[in-house]
Amino acid sequence: MRLPLLALLARGPAHGYELKQDLEQLLGSAYPQPNVGQIYVTLGRLEKQGLIEGEDVEQSSRPNKKVYHLTESGREELRVWFEEPEDEPRVRDEFFMKLALAPQTGLADQIALINKQRRQYLTAMRSLSKLAAAENRDNRIAQLLIEGAMLHLQADLDWLERCQEELEELE
Amino acid sequence: MSDGPAPVLRAESLVKTHYGEGAPAHAVRGVNLRVRQGEFVAVTGPSGAGKSTLLHLLGGLQRPDGGSIWLDGACANAWSEARWAMERRKRIGIVFQFFNLVSNLSVADNVELPALLAGTSPKQARAGREELLAELGLAGKERSMPGELSGGEQQRVALARALVNQPPLLLADEPAGSLDSKGTREVMRLLSRFHQRGQTIVLVTHDARLASAADRVISFFDGRIADDATLDGTPSPRTGISGVLELRD
Repeated sequence: MRLPLLALLARGPAHGYELKQDLEQLLGSAYPQPNVGQIYVTLGRLEKQGLIEGEDVEQSSRPNKKVYHLTESGREELRVWFEEPEDEPRVRDEFFMKLALAPQTGLADQIALINKQRRQYLTAMRSLSKLAAAENRDNRIAQLLIEGAMLHLQADLDWLERCQEELEELE
Repeated sequence: MSDGPAPVLRAESLVKTHYGEGAPAHAVRGVNLRVRQGEFVAVTGPSGAGKSTLLHLLGGLQRPDGGSIWLDGACANAWSEARWAMERRKRIGIVFQFFNLVSNLSVADNVELPALLAGTSPKQARAGREELLAELGLAGKERSMPGELSGGEQQRVALARALVNQPPLLLADEPAGSLDSKGTREVMRLLSRFHQRGQTIVLVTHDARLASAADRVISFFDGRIADDATLDGTPSPRTGISGVLELRD
């Protein structure tokens, strides 16, 4: 959550709770809701690293709140973040290991493993469909996040189908 | 076996082999299936697995080499082509990948025709058509010809046509197969909406996104049912959805 928080602060100073709300609004319900404690801990770390600076603001009848702003080295950290491409998503190797090793153990059947995994993916896909329907249609970023997740799952399901085609022929 | 009402659709030991050039293709190899009232069942699998053939058998568009089909408890083994054609007007609505609209009839006529053929009065046919087109976001397109519409719009007209006689069973064969991502989502949304109102649906698709709209997914491989899964899929609000969506760190 470090860099998303830095990115939100690039717009201007904000306090922890504001950042939590901004993240929620931007990413929608598909994103696991960040807990506010996590956000404060991360902000504390960023401050120690000199990437942001906090300033106490007095509030009448409430405890002081800390408003953070981005430092120049924080801005530089963000530039590097945007500069670097991300690693490609990796194949889910744990399932693949189960599939590869099942016949040697005699403890599991490959086709049964594939079926079980497919149910898992289909259920996840269904949850995503429901989320997409529930999410505000005008929140493009949130909708794109869900669509991306669905396309990943679609690819995983296609691959399971390939596994099943190949492995059933051997039977 | 339960003593509840007869399933909307029941198939036992269905077999269909295509004989063409080369080796015979065993498209459907002994399929048993029950679809209860109000169920939304998706049949998925790779192309060539026989899932479209299965749907064609269930709609009487092809006849099985072996096995039996029951609709609402009535055995269809002895039905003639004419009887199947009548059932497809009254009890079974079908949508296809390529819409199959009548190209020289207007949108309104395409939708009203099956109602008129089923003996509905012109006035009622028109009322049914108006209601469905409005529901499907096609109000104002009545006079258009199919060729003037986008693929997504044509598929919505096809859906209206399939549903105009309020058939207990809707069969859909790759209904989003020739649509873009937006059209796919639209079809998905509409199928879900009709299902929520109690429409029984059997959908054949290779698209897992579309299949996930169903509450039961049958995986079809090599002419046989490889898995038959009832999906739950209630999103968990705490954890978000699958690792796919988690931000790291």
